[in-house]
Amino acid sequence: MDSKLYSQTLGYTGKDGDATGIPLEAGQVIDRFRLEEKLHVGGMAHIWRVNEVNHAGDSRLPLIMKVPRIKGGEDPATIVGFEVEMMIVPMLSGPHVPKFIAKGDFTRQPYIVMERIEGPSLKPRLDEAPLALDEVIEIGSRVATALHDLHRQHLVHLDIKPSNIMFRPDASAVLVDFGLSRHDHLPDLLEEEFTLPMGTGPYMSPEQVQFVRNDPRSDLFALGVMLYHFTTGERPFGSPDSVRGLRRRLWMEPVPPRALRADCPPWLQEVILKCLEVKAERRYQSAAQLALDLQDPSQVALTRRAERLQKSGTIRTFKRWFFALGAEPGQERDKASDQLGRSPIILAAVDVDSATTELLEQLRETVRRIVLTEPGARLACVSVMKTARIGVDELVDAQGRSLHVKQLVGLKHWARPISKGLNLDEGRLTFHVLEASDPAAAIVEFARRNQADHIVMGARGASGLRRFLGSVSSQVVAESDCTVTVVRAPTPEPPV
Amino acid sequence: MKTALITDLHANREAVEAVLEHARAQNPDSWMLLGDFVGYGADPGWVIDTVRELVREGAFAVQGNHDLAVVQGASPHMRPEPRFVIEWTRAQLDASQIDFLASLPLTVQREDQLFVHANAWAPSGWEYITGRMEAVRSLHATNCRYTFCGHMHEPKLFHLSGTGKAGDFVPTPGVPIPVPPHRQWLIIPGSAGQPRDGNPAACYAMFDDQASTITYHRVPYDHDTAGAKILAANLPQRLALRLEDGQ
Repeated sequence: MDSKLYSQTLGYTGKDGDATGIPLEAGQVIDRFRLEEKLHVGGMAHIWRVNEVNHAGDSRLPLIMKVPRIKGGEDPATIVGFEVEMMIVPMLSGPHVPKFIAKGDFTRQPYIVMERIEGPSLKPRLDEAPLALDEVIEIGSRVATALHDLHRQHLVHLDIKPSNIMFRPDASAVLVDFGLSRHDHLPDLLEEEFTLPMGTGPYMSPEQVQFVRNDPRSDLFALGVMLYHFTTGERPFGSPDSVRGLRRRLWMEPVPPRALRADCPPWLQEVILKCLEVKAERRYQSAAQLALDLQDPSQVALTRRAERLQKSGTIRTFKRWFFALGAEPGQERDKASDQLGRSPIILAAVDVDSATTELLEQLRETVRRIVLTEPGARLACVSVMKTARIGVDELVDAQGRSLHVKQLVGLKHWARPISKGLNLDEGRLTFHVLEASDPAAAIVEFARRNQADHIVMGARGASGLRRFLGSVSSQVVAESDCTVTVVRAPTPEPPV
Repeated sequence: MKTALITDLHANREAVEAVLEHARAQNPDSWMLLGDFVGYGADPGWVIDTVRELVREGAFAVQGNHDLAVVQGASPHMRPEPRFVIEWTRAQLDASQIDFLASLPLTVQREDQLFVHANAWAPSGWEYITGRMEAVRSLHATNCRYTFCGHMHEPKLFHLSGTGKAGDFVPTPGVPIPVPPHRQWLIIPGSAGQPRDGNPAACYAMFDDQASTITYHRVPYDHDTAGAKILAANLPQRLALRLEDGQ
């Protein structure tokens, strides 16, 4: 049945060197791209700097060409990763992936041409770990933001590690290498190809070890491993090279970061250990929820995770080991996008100072219903302190701080019936007071930065105030990237 | 070249009209009709005339088991319900329509593409491709890179690598899926006239051999009318009800 030889099917000669068997050389032109310089020789692929022949010299993007390496006698499955990447890269877009330009005929000369992201990856930084805490947090927040964007595009990366993370000049993170990734809308060519778990040993999530390839929370585990390493200078689960070694992470807890680094704040340990939970249900439910915590540490809900200073004792570890024996992954997810859909960030913009009681009540009821229907949802309550366009510094003084606290208190008071009624635990409810001269712009910007899925806010009534100040909600509706619900207080019927 | 692939039309005029309109909007260069034009539904004559017209304009059509059963007439070994449907369908058709069904080939091959109703290993045996094992059996039975099948009513995509690794995939409607020719692919567009995956919208697919992509589509149609006609014709009630929820 298996008599067809892979090399015959692919038309490869099977010799050492690049895919065709003939080594590629600088100056050579493949399709419309001229090879300029070999930038990188990897285990699986070579990277060339290339120019598009008819576009030399203009201001177009700098380009690279990725060409797979195949060696005779090697496991042909390794090239399937390249095939996967050729399928996936054209499906992706946005600032967090290199822009796709072209791909080569797989049977003749497989290649991918894409935008070149300048600068080194995060990998060299591993040697400098532990890093300054500010930097760890910054990296985590940027990578989480990029991950959420990819998860929204129906992709689970499955090989998040420093060497696959780069940065644009504006500091936004770019994720590269999709050879192990899984796209909801494409057949998973890797699923049947390997009999061993796929991924990079230190970063692989427990469910990846158990062959689950469609859970976006696997990427959050890998990011947690990275943050742990950058914080402590050590790997939480070492670098195992056997399946048995990989399975240890199903029951062996990492040493709490604070035991290795005294100045690691409890909230950061909370965030990292939450990413490293064995069960995906106990991790952050979306990368955006993680990014939100990293950007606003004061709102991280601390649990016992934050306080731990040593690993669990022998008995607890034995129990974990016992239950991990032959453990199968929990409920299977159908699609990456399903998981995201269940874990939205809902932003309630509350004008605690000037909205009417009726409107505040109606807003609360609407928000409560939305949160109720999404058990994985996270609610961020936001109010904007309007600052004067001139003389902003007035608010920096003691009076300003007390105003800030007053708003926060008002916001919490407004949300109390929701948090009590729905039993929102573990940081699913957060409060943010923004200071801005343009409230609508501040709300839109906050939603964008935190990748909120839904803004709920009240409308000013048909009052003189709206005529005078303009409508904040209509500006938010017009400028926001996400769904916006504008709530109105019920008004009595006008007299006939 | 873009090829529209439509299968298991099952005498459902409303579904076929909706699918043809949707597909025509994309200007396909050719049409492939993968069998089972009749059976279950209330408009066998209209569907056959429509298919015959498409074939006259250059489309290809292959024969399905329901088409053959109508040509041969009901056998006493059949269960009462199918026997009734076949007899009813025969009574709606004239000789030329039955001749058209009888004249259809079991397979059509175009370059590296094979079109067959049930499977490639024994097209006249009507065995189903229910999983990877049967898909691999079918792909091993042909040298073609692409096999297009009907018979199974749920849309599905199977692939087989040169090293014998097979996989399957439930497609997302409207997303072009790359199907490069160094693998073998078995493409089941799903039934136009009687979808069974819980979604009542009619199925079909569009194959682009230049770009090497297959796009599965779902087209909502007026299944209430199609069901009402089945009831009005005194065909089994079950056949009308299943259109409603695509079961």
